[in-house]
Amino acid sequence: MTMPEAGVSVGTTRPKMTARDVKVSYGDIEALKGVSIDVSTEDVTAFIGPSGCGKSTFLRCLNRMNDTIASARFSGSIELDGHDIYSPDMDVVQLRARVGMVFQKPNPFPKSIYENVAYGPRIHGLASKKADMDAIVEKSLRRAGLWDEVKDRLQDSGTALSGGQQQRLCIARAIAVNPEVILMDEPASALDPIATAKIEELIDDLRGRYAIVIVTHNMQQAARVSQKTAFFHLGTLVEYGDTREIFTNPKQPRTKDYITGRYG
Amino acid sequence: MTEVAVTPNGMAGKTDLSAAPTAGSSDLSAAPTAWNSDEMQARIRRRYRQERTFKGLGILALTIAAGFLVFLMVTVIGSGWNSFRQTQVLVPVTFDAARLGIGIEQAKADPRALSRANFQGVMADSVERSFGDDAQLVSDGAWLALRKAVEADPAIIGTTQPMWLIATSNMDQLSKRQIDLDADQANRPVNDFEIAAWNRLEADGKLRTVLNRTFLGGADSVDPELAGIWGALKGSFLTLLVTLAISFPVGVLAAIYLEEFAAKNRWTDIIEVSINNLAAVPSIIFGLLGLSVFLNTMNMPRSAPVVGGLTLALMTLPVIVIASRAAIKAVPPSIRDAALGIGASRVQVVAHHVLPLALPGMLTGTILGMARALGETAPLLMIGMRAFLTSVPQGLTQPATALPVQIFIWSDNVSRGFVEKTSGAIIVLLVFLLTINSLAIYLRNRFEVRW
Repeated sequence: MTMPEAGVSVGTTRPKMTARDVKVSYGDIEALKGVSIDVSTEDVTAFIGPSGCGKSTFLRCLNRMNDTIASARFSGSIELDGHDIYSPDMDVVQLRARVGMVFQKPNPFPKSIYENVAYGPRIHGLASKKADMDAIVEKSLRRAGLWDEVKDRLQDSGTALSGGQQQRLCIARAIAVNPEVILMDEPASALDPIATAKIEELIDDLRGRYAIVIVTHNMQQAARVSQKTAFFHLGTLVEYGDTREIFTNPKQPRTKDYITGRYG
Repeated sequence: MTEVAVTPNGMAGKTDLSAAPTAGSSDLSAAPTAWNSDEMQARIRRRYRQERTFKGLGILALTIAAGFLVFLMVTVIGSGWNSFRQTQVLVPVTFDAARLGIGIEQAKADPRALSRANFQGVMADSVERSFGDDAQLVSDGAWLALRKAVEADPAIIGTTQPMWLIATSNMDQLSKRQIDLDADQANRPVNDFEIAAWNRLEADGKLRTVLNRTFLGGADSVDPELAGIWGALKGSFLTLLVTLAISFPVGVLAAIYLEEFAAKNRWTDIIEVSINNLAAVPSIIFGLLGLSVFLNTMNMPRSAPVVGGLTLALMTLPVIVIASRAAIKAVPPSIRDAALGIGASRVQVVAHHVLPLALPGMLTGTILGMARALGETAPLLMIGMRAFLTSVPQGLTQPATALPVQIFIWSDNVSRGFVEKTSGAIIVLLVFLLTINSLAIYLRNRFEVRW
């Protein structure tokens, strides 16, 4: 696959998601000025960059969460397994089940832990029997590394958990609908270091099973959890490549300045 | 005194700053604040004084409000509780078959024949026999008790039974000590003859005061001792039922659509402004609207609870829409994101998450709207719910009146007995209001989800 833009070089076998020349504007403000990127299942992809650089906007394009913002205008193309997700025959609801999302602030539903995880499978009809649902809930909570902590209190409110547990519950909730891609928008920024470490461990465990894209402000975190890193600045993708390369030998001066803390 | 002491120091500080504007910052950091100076102490004292004054004013305002409330309650309950008591006179009633015009066998065979029987005559005869013919002691409507007795047991025809019959309003008022006996005869509603009769009855133990079932179970009447509140209460209940059935679903759906689905553009802005303005429209305007639309154009029945309910629903709708929109806005967007993010459709987001979380707030708005609707008189007058009705409404399309209208009608009546009835109706209205409000608050607390 050939990359049309400079700085985009990805050595993946087969990309899960392919974005080409993505432009997004909110009213008169252009948030993304043509971003092209490939995301693969084997790797965790990190988006880094200063606040307002468009990385979260781009992330929200990948499951069309930007559709909920009335003023947002999109152009370009994003494909999931070769199918354009912005084409009219794409069902947005199904897309969001296939491309799950974890948000910056843990946002469990004010329902029981069980209900939080079971909600997705239920609305998509993934389990017809109670036993099947129980199995999905247990599997999802186990994968999110939360099962041992909550197995005895599944009926407690999800909001009664600690911040880190809530975020893992949100990850379990996203996993429960069996997505192909998980988008994480600064998933650890509201958490303490121990909870952050757990989330990072979890991301590493999930790697390979799902294509994971994580937006982060924390450069150490990007270096720790990701294999590919994309650096965004002022609505453009400045550099995209292997995380090791980006952090040790960035090609673009702007990337170098950002990583070394010159600005951002 | 303190004010004068403060000023020179403050002036000194200011002149220092303006004298050396360039070096100002270093000067400021160099001089430590004199926290113990007289000026500061005065400032602290002034601050404490302000806080005490503010607290005092708050308590004063609260006391005044509580005073008004207590005054209202004492006045209303004081004059109204008598309406829940009824004075009765013990009369030996002779059920003379010839005077009734109906025999035992006939009464047993066909209970409907009783509607033709002359109970009024039997009662008049019995009262005259016991107390002489000039005394107006027993209410004209008391014969209904005779009919009930015969209905229950036709065998009493031909016998004499001691019966407690409803006293006239004047006897009732005398019994309840509501009439100033020292006043001149011309200036009081009862004459000396009636007072003498009452004294005799009292001395013989032929008067008693019991729970006023007539008031609690009947409809309006020209005689205060026969007037009841149940008709108006049921009318209010039926009217509110229609109001709730229309305004809650319509209001909530409108709010959901406006908040969750409608595009934000000029049209929705216009709708929003219109709704806010409608909430402030005087209720009598809605009455006129109901009159011209429901009665004159759609030819719906006059004085009916269904029309009253529809009219009040129009009035209540804006309140419910505004409260529901506020409740929907208060649901954190993160919950919507969470549901959308795992592939819930917009309808699912609303039905599964937004609506349950916003419901308590919506219910609060509905309670307020319904409470206002319950107390509303003007629009109901416009659509004819002020009719004089002696029967309890049996359905949504039958003529009915409502509690506040009944209060209005009774308060207009000059008869002494209606004074206590008016206050009694106010008590019933307040109790009804408190009941539906507590029910709604109970429901709201049950549905309340905390996060």
